[in-house]
Amino acid sequence: MKLRLALVVLAIGLASVSCSTKSKDSAGSNRVSESELARPGPGRSWQDYTAPSRNGYSDRVFFAYDRFDLDEGAQATIRAWSEWLRAHGDASILVEGHADERGTREYNLGLGAKRATAIRDMLIALGVNAGRIRTISYGKERPAVAGDDESAYQQNRRGVARPSTGGA
Amino acid sequence: MPFHPPISRLCRRLVLAGLLAAIVPAAASAQLIIRIDDPNFEPLPIAIVAPQASAGEERTTAEQIAGVVTGNLERSGLFRAIDPDAFVQRDGSEVLAPRFNDWKGIGADALVTGRVFHRTNGDIRIEFRLWDVSTGRQLVGRALETRRVNWRRLAHKMSDAIYQRLTGESGYFDTRIVYVAESGPVLSRVKRLAIMDQDGANHRYLTNGENLVLTPRFAPSVQEITYLEFVGQKPRVYILDIDTGQREIVGDFDGMTFAPRFSPDGNKIVLSMSRDGNAEIFAMDLRTRATERLTNHQAIDTSPSFSPDGSKIAFDSDRSGRQKIYVMNADGSGVRRISNRPGRYATPVWSPRGDLIAFTKILEGIFYIGVMQPDGEGERILAQGYLTEGPTWSPNGRVLMYYKKRRGGTAQLYSIDLTGRNERLVETPVSASDPAWSPLLKN
Repeated sequence: MKLRLALVVLAIGLASVSCSTKSKDSAGSNRVSESELARPGPGRSWQDYTAPSRNGYSDRVFFAYDRFDLDEGAQATIRAWSEWLRAHGDASILVEGHADERGTREYNLGLGAKRATAIRDMLIALGVNAGRIRTISYGKERPAVAGDDESAYQQNRRGVARPSTGGA
Repeated sequence: MPFHPPISRLCRRLVLAGLLAAIVPAAASAQLIIRIDDPNFEPLPIAIVAPQASAGEERTTAEQIAGVVTGNLERSGLFRAIDPDAFVQRDGSEVLAPRFNDWKGIGADALVTGRVFHRTNGDIRIEFRLWDVSTGRQLVGRALETRRVNWRRLAHKMSDAIYQRLTGESGYFDTRIVYVAESGPVLSRVKRLAIMDQDGANHRYLTNGENLVLTPRFAPSVQEITYLEFVGQKPRVYILDIDTGQREIVGDFDGMTFAPRFSPDGNKIVLSMSRDGNAEIFAMDLRTRATERLTNHQAIDTSPSFSPDGSKIAFDSDRSGRQKIYVMNADGSGVRRISNRPGRYATPVWSPRGDLIAFTKILEGIFYIGVMQPDGEGERILAQGYLTEGPTWSPNGRVLMYYKKRRGGTAQLYSIDLTGRNERLVETPVSASDPAWSPLLKN
């Protein structure tokens, strides 16, 4: 156990070295520089992690009209969520499924549920414990963007992850 | 806020006092009938005289009753009320002895006269008569009595009697509408259940707006509604008692329950449940609490609606790859698709008469409200718009109400006659969606 812990510490140390972005040549070639590693580790908040300006991750994925399948961009985002969840073992996640307003109200509740479930299933496939994931469908009731045009519809056909600490 | 007595008290109080005079055999007055489905139809000119009344207070009520009856009949699109300023006989003698030539002279085909009394016990009584002006025959003579606070119901029942006698169809004026009142910004819309009389009177809110509520539907008793409420991030189907405000969850399910509707006998609720992420249709017996799974398919199965005899259920499903309307037996057997044209077909709602199914259709970015026969034949589109959905039937199966949103606008309620004529805005205090029309109120 102690050995394993040591190895992990060593591995993190090595990763930090390999990811160092600053090196001060002027101080001599033997000098080891240090910098923070962008990682989904403890202390890195969900808001920070999913801020698009930081690393391109997002708290949401988008769907095609009347579809609930996950395209490659959505899958990459969900993979990033699973990594954050791995690093935050005490966190659980609420996955919201949303639809645009171009469907009937009740069907869209069903569609939102399918979208949230598709995300949940992928997180489980990536190793996240099912007990840490809750889903909810809002159908077309909680648009992200106001507007009666395709660009608004696109942004409203979405799945959104909201973490919370404590049990799901 | 208007006072709302419990229905049961109304039952005891509203006395249908019976006929004042014998009904003339139908054949004798066959000439005065509105043929609603005639393409050359024109609204029937009717003179509605404010009921005679002695005291000042009675007179005010009499004028108000005449106003409600006139509003009801005109909104139906089937009647044209003649301006009272044109009336020639206005000395009170018209109540029992109309001079039919005077009424013919101003173009009236039908005439309504009556008397109003305030009783010392707080009741109000109206005696009214409907006359066929061309033959001079009395078509309806009836007395109605209730507590004064319920005078509007007298006017609605009077309207129903006139409508029924002249159209051959039962009326729909003594009814209420429950709907979702919408306010606030689009991104954080506040939705509240609201109820009002069919003509917009006696409006009140049933929920406070704290939780998102959707898709209310009446129980056949008109005392309860079933609807969807998001309580603590759990969307679940509830039953709400309109008078007591008591709320009860329907079933103890893990997953989201939605799209509820009562069975015609009121003993069951049919709804969608999405437990493992996929919506299936279930029926729950409200007495035994037993649930029965009716569909089992990886598609979204939702918006179930019973046929009025309770033997069948219409629903929509995307099991063919696109949303279409299906009909199955009430036990889930014998599923067959009934909508076969292009487009998405949704929200089937069986007419109370059983002859038609109203639906929402989405084709090439436009939403439509239409009707088809239960076998899928005879599709007719009645209304369309940028966003319009969720039809509900008047209890006589003659009028549809739905909500409509224009591009860039907010949702409003509209009603339309089954002929496709007479599309009307239903006035509400704020933006409105998800209307449900009650059955005729019970006595």
